[in-house]
Amino acid sequence: MSLRSSLRSSLSSIFNPLRVENDTDEELRAHVENRADDLERSGLTRAEAERRARIEFGAHEKFREECREANGAHFLHALSQDFRFGLRMLRKSPGFTAVALLTIAIGIGANSAVFSVVNSVLLKPLHYPKPEDLVALHQVAPGAAGLADFENGLLLSPSMYFTYAEQNRTFESLGVWTTDISNVTGLAEPEQVRAVVVSDGVLQSLSVAPQLGRWLMATDQTPRGPQRVMLSYGYWQRRFGGDRGVVGRNIMVDSQSAEVVGVTPKGFRFVDTDFDLVEALQFDRTKLILAGFGFHGIARLKAGTTIAQANADVARMVPIWMNSWSNGPGTDPHVYEKWRITPMLRPLKQEVTGNMSEVLWVVMGTIGLVMLIACANVTNLLLVRVEARQQELAVRTALGAGWRRIVSGLLVESLMLGVMGGVLGVAVAHNGVRFLVAAGPANLPRLSEISVDGRTLGFTLLLSVVSSLLFGLIPALKYARPRTSLVLGSVGRTISTSRERHRARNVLVVAQVAMALVLLVSAGLMIRTFQALRTVDPGFADARHLQLMRIGIPDSLIHETQRVMRIQNDILDKLEAVPGVKSAAFGSEMPMEGFDSEWDTVFVEGKAYQKGEIPPLHFYKHMSPGFLATAGTRIISGRDFTWDDVYGLRPVVMVSENLAREGWGTPENAIGKRLKEDLGLPWREVIGVVQDVPERALQEKPPAIIYWPPMVENLFGGGPAQPTRVATFVVRSERAGTEGLLREMRQAVWSVNASLPLAAVRTMQEVYDKSMARTSFTLVMLGIAGAMALLLGLIGIYGVISYTVSQRQREIGIRLAVGAQREDVLQMVLSQGTKMALVGVAIGIGVALALARLMTGLLFGVTAHDPVTFAAVAALLVSVALLACYIPARRATRVDPMVALRYE
Amino acid sequence: MPSQAQILPGMLDLLILKAVSLGPLHGYGVLLRIEQISQGALLIEQGALYPALFRLVRQGLLKASWGTSDNNRRAKFYELTSAGRKRLREEADGWNRLAAAIASALNTRAEEV
Repeated sequence: MSLRSSLRSSLSSIFNPLRVENDTDEELRAHVENRADDLERSGLTRAEAERRARIEFGAHEKFREECREANGAHFLHALSQDFRFGLRMLRKSPGFTAVALLTIAIGIGANSAVFSVVNSVLLKPLHYPKPEDLVALHQVAPGAAGLADFENGLLLSPSMYFTYAEQNRTFESLGVWTTDISNVTGLAEPEQVRAVVVSDGVLQSLSVAPQLGRWLMATDQTPRGPQRVMLSYGYWQRRFGGDRGVVGRNIMVDSQSAEVVGVTPKGFRFVDTDFDLVEALQFDRTKLILAGFGFHGIARLKAGTTIAQANADVARMVPIWMNSWSNGPGTDPHVYEKWRITPMLRPLKQEVTGNMSEVLWVVMGTIGLVMLIACANVTNLLLVRVEARQQELAVRTALGAGWRRIVSGLLVESLMLGVMGGVLGVAVAHNGVRFLVAAGPANLPRLSEISVDGRTLGFTLLLSVVSSLLFGLIPALKYARPRTSLVLGSVGRTISTSRERHRARNVLVVAQVAMALVLLVSAGLMIRTFQALRTVDPGFADARHLQLMRIGIPDSLIHETQRVMRIQNDILDKLEAVPGVKSAAFGSEMPMEGFDSEWDTVFVEGKAYQKGEIPPLHFYKHMSPGFLATAGTRIISGRDFTWDDVYGLRPVVMVSENLAREGWGTPENAIGKRLKEDLGLPWREVIGVVQDVPERALQEKPPAIIYWPPMVENLFGGGPAQPTRVATFVVRSERAGTEGLLREMRQAVWSVNASLPLAAVRTMQEVYDKSMARTSFTLVMLGIAGAMALLLGLIGIYGVISYTVSQRQREIGIRLAVGAQREDVLQMVLSQGTKMALVGVAIGIGVALALARLMTGLLFGVTAHDPVTFAAVAALLVSVALLACYIPARRATRVDPMVALRYE
Repeated sequence: MPSQAQILPGMLDLLILKAVSLGPLHGYGVLLRIEQISQGALLIEQGALYPALFRLVRQGLLKASWGTSDNNRRAKFYELTSAGRKRLREEADGWNRLAAAIASALNTRAEEV
């Protein structure tokens, strides 16, 4: 009973505090009037009676407060009072409020924006059911020379896929896939589309329901069986207008009829690949050999299976695979034991996010530091403000306000600042995300998923509250303690500043300088990395004037190798006839284009090989005569291919400089030497040595490369074979990238064969920029963070020094009056700032030395402890600090002793 | 005017319960009733009455309702709840025992020891 009624009264005062308040007022008023009535009856005038009644009643406010407390409404009332008071204080000093709000809003906004990217890319699970069970079948082969460069480790061969799919004990389903470019004809203009080619097990692993029709299945994999494809949602909308009758229709894919069996759901991405078509792999089991490591593996783990168990399972199957297949008669399947094939399965998410996770965490960390610096600035502002309000606080304390109440009042004020800043920050974040998506590398994984979502908003709120506490607690605790006598005593005259009063602010400034140093060092290291990358010889010249496009000639369109070669040759002739084109050529790909690379073994003449030994694998490319000259790649020694070499099927080859040095000592020595791909094949003569080219990325060591002519003799004799059916055509022209040139180039190609589509049309500059994207994105982000840190640090130092100067006016005036020189005063103020900056720089260097190692993976051509960067940043910070002190220092020297002494 | 005594802490609650037990009263009435039943011997700070009233309502010992006073003023009337009645009995017993004990202690003469 008692509990219930007590609860009821508390609740009613919480939900209806105003009514309770009015009731109380009315009751107290009634009391006073009743009393006045009685007094009036005893003979007093009404006015006198009322006055006496009020006096008898006592301190009205005090009792009201006590009543509130008795009613249980005290806490909420106090809070709302603090809130209203805080709002009034903030409105009263708009300058302070604006600066503080802006600082907080930008800090919180930047953090929320970066967090929303981190959240979307790294934290949110993939859009597949039970994504934690999905793994990429990553494996490494440390014993396979030349394979170490593979970013993807050792891919799976078709025979491996069959062994793994049939013998495993730990996978729910397992499959392999690869990407391809297909030509679709007969719809409108011939079109090159992006295809993923999948085996059975891949779509089962991803286990998403199709939008329409059915998934590809095992029955679609019959070798030489009917071709069946699925359309992506986007392609279905774009080409078929979302027509549901498309299932069952036939389209021409690579000049073969293929039945459309289904449409993938909207937004479905294959791992992290956008695509137009899904095609089925049709392996012929009877013809499979051990080799052919060209497929990505994907699998779904059985429920409750760990990655370690799955790794052990795959390791168990590797010998089974070696025993089940061979590389043909006379070969030893156990040569692969030397490769030490080791499974290293990775969660699919890790595969998707790839090397961006490191960048994003570094960016998140730096932007978090900026937030800390911003908090330090706001703390400083609040400290100055609280100092100015000391008198008010002292009066309140003297009138009986408890220090808890004062602390809570100050905290509510900073909480309001923080939350209002957070709300503004959401607007900043919204725009920031748009900037990040635009500035981020085009290959940023899961780009389409990035948005400001509930979790980001929660993060923003949390950040607002935590930072409010961070910048609110120090001033609140420092000034709320009762120090009545001291403060009331000093109301009249400003005492000279004591050390103790400035310690908090000085510590904050030192911390700011230290954090700014860390940020600027990381930005500086990125600048040095960027510079180092710019000086790497990319193996091509004047990328802006190189126009690229991919043209593929499918087997089903033109079968004979010689004719493919003729058509490619004709295309080159037509392209060279386009006005403004200096030269044209083609090759398997240009550096950094990012198509799956091809690797092959190379035997060098005169070197002894053990029976069954597999020599190192080398990266190889095919190219037409003039490819190097068009691209601007230097020939170090010897000569380029000629068309006679190509059509004559002459056994000639070119090699990269590092391969030549490795095999024969010098580039010159290599000319005339011979090598071959396999023991049974004829030797081929090295006719030229090409400069080293960083094929995959500027950061990576240039691989050893073998260059073949576009058409070579069949492996086992008997005429030409292996034409380069899909190739990048390169055109050097001042008009590269213009719409006019592209139109004329298209016309030139179609005048040779109207069924040939063009794809990946871009300038070499775009390819180059894309390969730099990760570095430039990191550079831009760290640059922004560094600039913000520098600016905030500058403001911080300036604020503290100029405040100190204004506080010390009297003291400075006295000094000047008793004969100090103005230079002495200048020096005194400057040395105070410099001292803080130097301490900050020293601490910052220590921290930066420890932290910079975290970004080693992002650096190139510079160590994480690069002394030049550290020295430059330290010098920059100290000079900025001096600048920030100089203005208030100058003001100090202009203090007029008379005015200063008469002041107040 | 008879000499007045400052009441002890805690006694105000007891006096309020007693005053209200004689019939529903508004705040000023409680004050008058206490003065009356103590023959004006006890001094009560007028404002301090209300926090005590609210506290007793909150503890469920009193219940309050709005009504009209004799001079046609809107007033809040307090009356005892059953819990309040029980509390009054206990407190009164306690007080009587304490007063008796103190009185007998103070009346003791030297020869009685």
